Amino acid sequence: MSTEATLRGWLLAEIPKSKWQARCQRVFIGWLDFKRNPIAMIGLLIIVGLVTVAALAPWITTSNGLELHLADRLKPPSSEHWFGTDELGRDIFDRIIWGSRITLYIVALVTIIVVPIGLLIGTVAGYMGGWVDTVLMRLTDIFLAFPRLILAMALVAVLGRGLENAVLAIALTTWSPFARIARAEALTIRNSEFILAAQMQGISTVGILARHVTPLCMSSVIVRLTLDMAGIILTAAGLGFLGLGAQPPTPEWGAMISLGRQYLIDQWWVPTIPGIAILVVSLGFNLLGDGLRDVFDPKSGN
Amino acid sequence: MTDSKLLSVEDLHVTYNTPTGLVRAVSGVSFELGREKLGIVGESGSGKSQTGRAILGLTATGGTVSASRLEFKGTNLLNASERTMRQIRGGGISMIMQDPKYSLNPVMTVGYQIEEALLVHNRTSKRVARERTYEMLRAVKIREPERVYRAYPHEVSGGMGQRIMIAMMMIPEPDIIIADEPTSALDVTVQLQVLAVLDDMISERGMGLIFISHDLNLIASFCDRILIMYDGRVVEECSAAELDQAQHPYTQGLVNCLPRLDGGQDELPVLKRDPSWLTTPGATR
Amino acid sequence: MIDIRGLDVVFGHGKNVFHAVRDVSLSVEKGQSFGLVGESGSGKTTVLRALAGILERVARVSGEMTVADETLLRHRSQSFRRRVQMVFQDPFGSLHPRHTVDTILSEPARVHKLDRIEERVVQALEEVGLDASFRFRYPHQISGGQRQRVSVARALITGPEIILLDEPTSALDVSVQAEVLNLLMRLKREHGLTYVLVSHNLAVVAHMCESLSVMQNGAVVETMSVQQLREHSSTMPYTQQLLTASLGYDRTAIDAFEEFG
Repeated sequence: MSTEATLRGWLLAEIPKSKWQARCQRVFIGWLDFKRNPIAMIGLLIIVGLVTVAALAPWITTSNGLELHLADRLKPPSSEHWFGTDELGRDIFDRIIWGSRITLYIVALVTIIVVPIGLLIGTVAGYMGGWVDTVLMRLTDIFLAFPRLILAMALVAVLGRGLENAVLAIALTTWSPFARIARAEALTIRNSEFILAAQMQGISTVGILARHVTPLCMSSVIVRLTLDMAGIILTAAGLGFLGLGAQPPTPEWGAMISLGRQYLIDQWWVPTIPGIAILVVSLGFNLLGDGLRDVFDPKSGN
Repeated sequence: MTDSKLLSVEDLHVTYNTPTGLVRAVSGVSFELGREKLGIVGESGSGKSQTGRAILGLTATGGTVSASRLEFKGTNLLNASERTMRQIRGGGISMIMQDPKYSLNPVMTVGYQIEEALLVHNRTSKRVARERTYEMLRAVKIREPERVYRAYPHEVSGGMGQRIMIAMMMIPEPDIIIADEPTSALDVTVQLQVLAVLDDMISERGMGLIFISHDLNLIASFCDRILIMYDGRVVEECSAAELDQAQHPYTQGLVNCLPRLDGGQDELPVLKRDPSWLTTPGATR
Repeated sequence: MIDIRGLDVVFGHGKNVFHAVRDVSLSVEKGQSFGLVGESGSGKTTVLRALAGILERVARVSGEMTVADETLLRHRSQSFRRRVQMVFQDPFGSLHPRHTVDTILSEPARVHKLDRIEERVVQALEEVGLDASFRFRYPHQISGGQRQRVSVARALITGPEIILLDEPTSALDVSVQAEVLNLLMRLKREHGLTYVLVSHNLAVVAHMCESLSVMQNGAVVETMSVQQLREHSSTMPYTQQLLTASLGYDRTAIDAFEEFG
């Protein structure tokens, strides 16, 4: 029996023999569900493509996209430069590929900051209720009220320019909706009998929040995150466009559009190609998020 | 038993096509309904609710209904046009469902919903409709019809909500009412009071009632005749008075496994499911 | 074993105050099964939850409660949590949808730092008539009756003396109910348990319990033995009406029903 057949057998077995197997089975069934949605699969493909391209960057590119070749500036797409060259003679294809790493960096950094904060604040507020809820929600409201770009500019003025500061600004203005979502789920759950049963067992509040409440908030948060990711990338691009994010010569896609916009008419490829890259990745996250939501939706029998 | 059969059902099948295969919700159910109270008893998965819905053409999408006969007062319900079905629903056959919280529209007043039920089947003036609505609310023993008329569903209690459902379903004067667990969400005293209202109205108007429930005791004391369903088929048909002489082992098992007030049992006899029940054809009288 | 005196439970503040339980007192002997009967809103479940100590966050509870000579304080002790367990009504709602049966059963053992957790889990499953293959299933993969058995197994893991049962079979099919009731009776005999059973179904209470209290609108209407219930020797009209209603549909009897406000 081939390894693939035994793996499939293990994943579809009637009786799981361990917690790990049970969990894998659940994920596998979710995957089968997800696979049935062709549009979601396109989204997944795009994101996988992004990750692959970022990982294989040293092997796909011919240069590091940073060196100047003024003699070759503003050349149109050709067999030598697939996406043409920009105003400083750098190969755009290479810059796009290296830029994908930066895009992923932004995605990862925002996720690492936003998800734990949002979950923590949301679950505690929703579960505890009372004044804790009020205080935490007002805190959330405060951050929700900040317009991203203004906060980014303020942070940059204080901390200096750079990609990390831009990401920090984005993260600080993005976590609020996640806290709300987590809180909404926690509110729904907190009077459930399984929570009462956990209290009955004498499990501490921390334990209940960590093992009982948070796992049930994860799906909503993940879906929201993927759907918001498009906006986050665009905001980072926007900040880059304003010169507040990644600084030259970093090949961040938004910055590339900014610097290339004056060439839009005659050398359209300079700003347009990074624009298309942003579009495709945003679309990918959107489609993926939609697909995940359909899989997680309890109505379709999770 | 009267001569005029209101409803004839013969060999009814309801099947669903699911990703995991074919699900036979109802497999070959046959019965007739006159001007009487017929109870359909079964546990979950027995197909009793699906039977009720199939009669009204309310089977969920994905389900296929077939029967060798499904007739209401001479009209074939199987190939009836959607227009005919809409006239029959409410005007000929009405359905009362379990929880008024979910079957009454929360953003419309009670009065509006009852009037709407009437106006869909009768062309009368709004004033007449309002009068008939008050009449109906009084008939279901609601003491302040004017106040309840203006109220919203969430403002009334469960028992009152169910009586409002009855009013709504009775006002177009149907011939048959299909009640699917109409009182399961209510307290036991309220349950009986609501059923008394239903009972009186049905006898006064000479209607037929199909009462679907899991509560064997209730059906045995309320209905005239009983059908016991198991796994999509009818395994027993008898008059309510003769329930203790039931033939089929499933019925006997069901009756015996109920805890009794005058009990004194140490261990309740447990129902042993015999796979042969699934293949032997159902009993008919 | 269990002694409750003057229990009051109030929900809400200011204008939205709701007295769910008023001055309720009851007492349960060791090894006894005590029933709490009433219609919805009678406060019976609230009394049980107050005893269980899971109302502190949402209500104001006052009165004296003693369990096995331990006076119950606002915060229940570890030993209380080990000796008193609860089985809830909704078989689906009382099990965490993302936890396997194994996790659900081993959690109480872990919290109380018991040893040989795996053994205990398998043993508890066996006691409720489920074999070890159920260990790594999720609640949505098993039937309602099986879920309720898992609930009972969870209640047994810590080796309790008292089990509080909140309408344990109301959401189950009649045939499954019989199995679960039989299981509960057997476990009570084998482990010498004390039960407090809440139900709206008089027949279930009559079958399972030796004595009961009838509740209405937050107060105890009457306390009696099941024998007295069977002999219809109740003195309170509310109880009598409840009893009549439990027997089934009787058109003439219904006309005599009163509204107890």
